[in-house]
Amino acid sequence: MKEFLISILQNEILVYALMAFVPLLWIVPFALFAVWWERKISAHMQDRLGPMRTGGWHGWAQTIADILKLMQKEDIVPAAADKKLFVLAPFVVFVGSYAAYAVIPFSAAYVGSEINIGLFYLIAISSLVVIGLLMAGWASNNKWSLFGAMRSAAQVVSYEIPIALALLAVVMIVGSFDLQEINRAQSGPIWNWFVFQKFPFLFIATMLYFVASLAEVNRTPFDIPEAESELVAGYHTEYSGMKFALLFLAEYANMFVVSIIGATIFFGGWNSPFGEFMSGPIWGVFWFISKGMMFVFVQIWLRWTLPRLRVDQLMYVGWKVLIPFSFVNIIGVGFWVMMGR
Amino acid sequence: MELFDVVFYVFAFITVVSAFIVVFSRNIIYAAFSLLFTFFGVAGLYVLLNADFLAVTQILIYVGGILVLLLFGVMLTSNVINVDIKTGTIQTVPALVLVAIVAGSLSGLFYSTWKDVSAPETSVVTTTPALGKMLMTTYLLPFEIASVVLLVALIGATFIARRST
Repeated sequence: MKEFLISILQNEILVYALMAFVPLLWIVPFALFAVWWERKISAHMQDRLGPMRTGGWHGWAQTIADILKLMQKEDIVPAAADKKLFVLAPFVVFVGSYAAYAVIPFSAAYVGSEINIGLFYLIAISSLVVIGLLMAGWASNNKWSLFGAMRSAAQVVSYEIPIALALLAVVMIVGSFDLQEINRAQSGPIWNWFVFQKFPFLFIATMLYFVASLAEVNRTPFDIPEAESELVAGYHTEYSGMKFALLFLAEYANMFVVSIIGATIFFGGWNSPFGEFMSGPIWGVFWFISKGMMFVFVQIWLRWTLPRLRVDQLMYVGWKVLIPFSFVNIIGVGFWVMMGR
Repeated sequence: MELFDVVFYVFAFITVVSAFIVVFSRNIIYAAFSLLFTFFGVAGLYVLLNADFLAVTQILIYVGGILVLLLFGVMLTSNVINVDIKTGTIQTVPALVLVAIVAGSLSGLFYSTWKDVSAPETSVVTTTPALGKMLMTTYLLPFEIASVVLLVALIGATFIARRST
């Protein structure tokens, strides 16, 4: 796609800017849809109807109305807050989650930057979000915000390890960090997807990745950084207006990122489940987004089903359950790869 | 100017300016957060030199690990703003000698390797397998020693933390 654009526009810088802009065309409509979707799912799980009036059909325009309201709100900075960091923090958080989209292969034809260490980059760049959350929590000068930020940082730092180890299992089999390479290695019918390969190790890796990724994006049952019954709203307690909207947008963008990493690594990415049938660059986008949305749905479903963990339980699950399992898993996959040589 | 030069100067500017803030800011929180931009600038320069694996490792280790721990430490200290950083002059002669030795050896290193510096290779496709093979063959001993030292530090830290409770 990059070569094609360069050939018609004849301007390298313009093409790079355009390529970098593409994920935003997906993130904003996705966040608007996902917020509405989450409200409807939660409502139906609790035997309610959720938003029904705005826009007519099942309140589909509710989040659009919400974002218009947020845009018009006064931009409040608390008097005792650290003004510079308070203003900067939402941008750092959003840059962190947007930067992850640089290497995500939306289809066989479009990936922002086809670097050969794509997966490693994804693991590394997520740490920028943590710094942004710490910045938001500290700059708010509010104890709930600071508690939320500290919990979030502790949680993300702990759960990065099982995530990296679970993804490493697939890297060992493919022999490359390149996400397009990993996708191509899973082409063909549905049983070529890595979740069904090398049973049971990659299946365990999928489960480990999914559980740890919930913690990585602060979703229930690991949502203690913004546990509303004890911390008001965690690190974004003091934020309002567009800054709050930006933090929220980043949160939903991150939800999609972790879902899509799982879908790409273990569920074939843009590959069609029927082999050659319904495959190709355009169908690739369709499969890719459907798989991502399925995982987003599971995240929402879990949020409204499971209770929240305590801080010490969270650390127990991370360090004493997920990490030992992922180490054993890595050794198992290693033996399998060695025997296959 | 080429695109390469523009990007280089952008990253160099980010690195140098944020490094100045790290050193001269009186607010240690600002100093800690400025480190974020310094690390990113350096990572960007690594990418320009085709050292992509090194660049991402820089972000993973320094931003994801060290900076987060640093911020944790800074946020748990009570006095953050306007820390009295001592700027008096003591022990002038030993300090001058030490600075002269360090500056001399650094500039000596710089001048002795000046001729070997060449433009980065543009044909490098991936550095990861080469780095992995080197770590497991040529540099195996330093690699293992570093791992053992880190493990000892980890066990020691846990032991100290446990004893006080």
